[in-house]
Amino acid sequence: MLAFLVAILLLALLPLAGNRYAIDLATEALIYALFALSLNVLIGFTGNISFGHAAYFAIGGYACAILLTTYGWPLVLSLPAAVVLAGIVAAVVGYFCVRLTQIYFAMLTLAFAMLVWGVAFKWKEVTGGDDGFTGIKVPDLLASPASYFYFTLAMVAAGIVLLWIICHSAFGLTLVAVRENSVRTGFIGVDTRRMRWAAFTVAGTFAGLAGALFGMYHRGMYIENAYWTESAQVLIMVLLGGMYSFVGPLLGAAVLYLLQVFTNQYTIYWPTVLGLILLVIVLVLPDGLVGLVERVKARLVRA
Amino acid sequence: MSTMLHIQGLWKSFAGFVATRDVSFELEAGRTHAVIGPNGAGKTTFFNLITGHLRPDKGKVAFEGRDLIGLPPQKIVRLGIARSFQRINIYPRLTVFENVQVALIAHEHQQWNLFRPGRSLHRQETGELLELVGLAAEAAEIGGELSYGKQKQLELAIALASKPRLLLLDEPTAGMSPQETAETIASVRDIVKARGLTLLFTEHDMSVVFGIAERISVLHHGEIIASGTPDAVRNDAEVKRVYLGEQVNA
Amino acid sequence: MTLTMFTLNAFYGLALAMNMFIIASGLNLIFGVLRVINFAHGMFYMFGAYIIFSVTKSWGAPFFVGVLAAAAGLAVIALVIERLLLRHLYDREHLMQLLFTFALVLLMSDAAKMIWGTDQYSVGYPPGLGGAVNLGFVVLPQYQLFLCVVGPLIAITMWVLVDRTRWGRIVRAATQDREMLAALGVNVPMVYAAVFTIGSALAGIGGALAAPRVALVPGMDATIINECFIIVIIGGLGNLWGSFLGALAFGFVVQFGTVWVPNWQDVLPYVLMLLVLLVRPWGLLGRPEVGH
Repeated sequence: MLAFLVAILLLALLPLAGNRYAIDLATEALIYALFALSLNVLIGFTGNISFGHAAYFAIGGYACAILLTTYGWPLVLSLPAAVVLAGIVAAVVGYFCVRLTQIYFAMLTLAFAMLVWGVAFKWKEVTGGDDGFTGIKVPDLLASPASYFYFTLAMVAAGIVLLWIICHSAFGLTLVAVRENSVRTGFIGVDTRRMRWAAFTVAGTFAGLAGALFGMYHRGMYIENAYWTESAQVLIMVLLGGMYSFVGPLLGAAVLYLLQVFTNQYTIYWPTVLGLILLVIVLVLPDGLVGLVERVKARLVRA
Repeated sequence: MSTMLHIQGLWKSFAGFVATRDVSFELEAGRTHAVIGPNGAGKTTFFNLITGHLRPDKGKVAFEGRDLIGLPPQKIVRLGIARSFQRINIYPRLTVFENVQVALIAHEHQQWNLFRPGRSLHRQETGELLELVGLAAEAAEIGGELSYGKQKQLELAIALASKPRLLLLDEPTAGMSPQETAETIASVRDIVKARGLTLLFTEHDMSVVFGIAERISVLHHGEIIASGTPDAVRNDAEVKRVYLGEQVNA
Repeated sequence: MTLTMFTLNAFYGLALAMNMFIIASGLNLIFGVLRVINFAHGMFYMFGAYIIFSVTKSWGAPFFVGVLAAAAGLAVIALVIERLLLRHLYDREHLMQLLFTFALVLLMSDAAKMIWGTDQYSVGYPPGLGGAVNLGFVVLPQYQLFLCVVGPLIAITMWVLVDRTRWGRIVRAATQDREMLAALGVNVPMVYAAVFTIGSALAGIGGALAAPRVALVPGMDATIINECFIIVIIGGLGNLWGSFLGALAFGFVVQFGTVWVPNWQDVLPYVLMLLVLLVRPWGLLGRPEVGH
């Protein structure tokens, strides 16, 4: 809790340094942190891997963008509406996906995500197709990088707090039980399928929030944001950070995002770097950076 | 005494192998009833058919008048039946405390509460249950690291957390030393008496059974070959043939 | 719609289905035996198409040499991957295996970029199959006829191999109980390697055969892997004839979709999948996994 407040405080001081580049990096890193955290509700807490989480990110982003720009809604309506829409779509897709388990579940999430991508691609009149939806009307109040940064910081912090409450609630504990032993959990009276459905919906809702923030920040949404590569990336963020801890995804998002920005300055082969990172995680670091830190700490304590 | 569990003409086959053969069975409320039989007799299958893990091919299972067939396990628990599993089925990576706490949370339908912190709920009751099964000292330990006997105790605690009226224990003393067996059985008997539970358990250790069961049914190759008071069963010719015959061949 | 148009469309649908079946059958086989979903299967398909392009365009080799090259090339790539890396993951949870194949996609996509660049390529129909057959009321292209023959041939061959031969029995046993099989003296790692190799070679063959029909661009792997997923999900994961049925459903839906609801035909397979899953959550011929 204290660490969280300190981090928020430090971040709040960032714009005072006046470095535009740092503000931009921090804004986008925060958005990805929320996105990764939302996915971990599904992966870390419930134990269900989704390969199509970008779909809800994209829906949140596009919906907010379209409502703001095409329909001229005020932000105070567009943002919640976009988040709710992402949640609704997650609920609908989740309904189908939770009837299956494990790999089948994962594949189905991917298939649905590509469906969302396909719709975004084809529905040119509404989404702009592969040209993207550009020129998003962000309210004047948030037009400057610093002010948008504070807005993002506030929204992401609120999201993190809410997710923290949810993940540590009775609901969250039961999700962990579902992950740890779903047969046992059925036999203490829990409808495990409904729990997984709820987790899916919660995850999609917060991803939608991240997406809305993302779209407004970039003043545009592009179909790449719904492509499987975006889903792969956020998945790797969660795994890199460590899926069994709450803060893992936050760490993983920050590290991976900064790594990507850095790599893209030198080479076009970021996918290779990403692939190698994933290989390392799979072969050596399944519990991510947080897991690594814990293991090192344990070894130091023993020494 | 009323009939708590009414089973009639239960059949179950697995690809041609008949695991449960025309089993009929009545369990009176408040009784302690044992189902015994050698390994492979179909005891666990029988339990699985009652608790919704398996669907019978034919037959009827009714609990307090309600038909159980087709209900998923979580609905069956809510009706008042809890069970332990023959192969340990706890949460190995959660602490002993959390193992029981989660069951209590679920029992109170609080798994849908997105806001109250999980760790703070039902702490007292969890402590009491752990005390009851003798695991109070191990509350902070990881479930999977307990000794086998203690894990079985944990299974019992989890089952009790669902506040059942009917308790099904699948081989509660399997793999235990004679000492542990005696302790477990004594503990179970006390708990059952104190809470007025109906107990249905399976065993293949005969001495255990004769100590606490008020009624015994003998399962052999999926069929019930004898059912009645311990004395009646002990003296049953068929039972003697099956058990003595098996012992001679063993 | 006239009879001619209907027959022509049905025929194109069948040809598409057969091409898709060849690719999807590999994914299905690998999953059926190894219980691994190879996300890189789409990449293998793409490599198959690019290999036949290189072999025919750059080296001037005939088309069928190109198909063989694609099969051989993918077989080698798959074998190396399986022996060097994948086999260490068989005892890990499925998630880790999936992620590994995900990593493969990333690495191979950049490899493709490095080898072939990002231009769009095309491969011509092989001479001898570039023409058409006139049936009076309809004229059918020879290449698609060829696909309609090869597809069922491969299906039947696979079925005979898996169902009727000793090797097939071993393969089927490997899906049930690997340890038992090893205890019986079967070289299980070799079985696994063989299955992964053959399944991936099928992707390569499918890619090579698809090359004259499709545009060779970066990203063709993503479209294909999704379509393969839809097909095996519809058919039932692990079931050979399920994949065949799924491919047929896919082919016809897409082909007639192009005619009746142009521009949205890509969405139709998903709708189809949804409808199938509503009625049969594990696919048309699939069954829920026991104990997984």
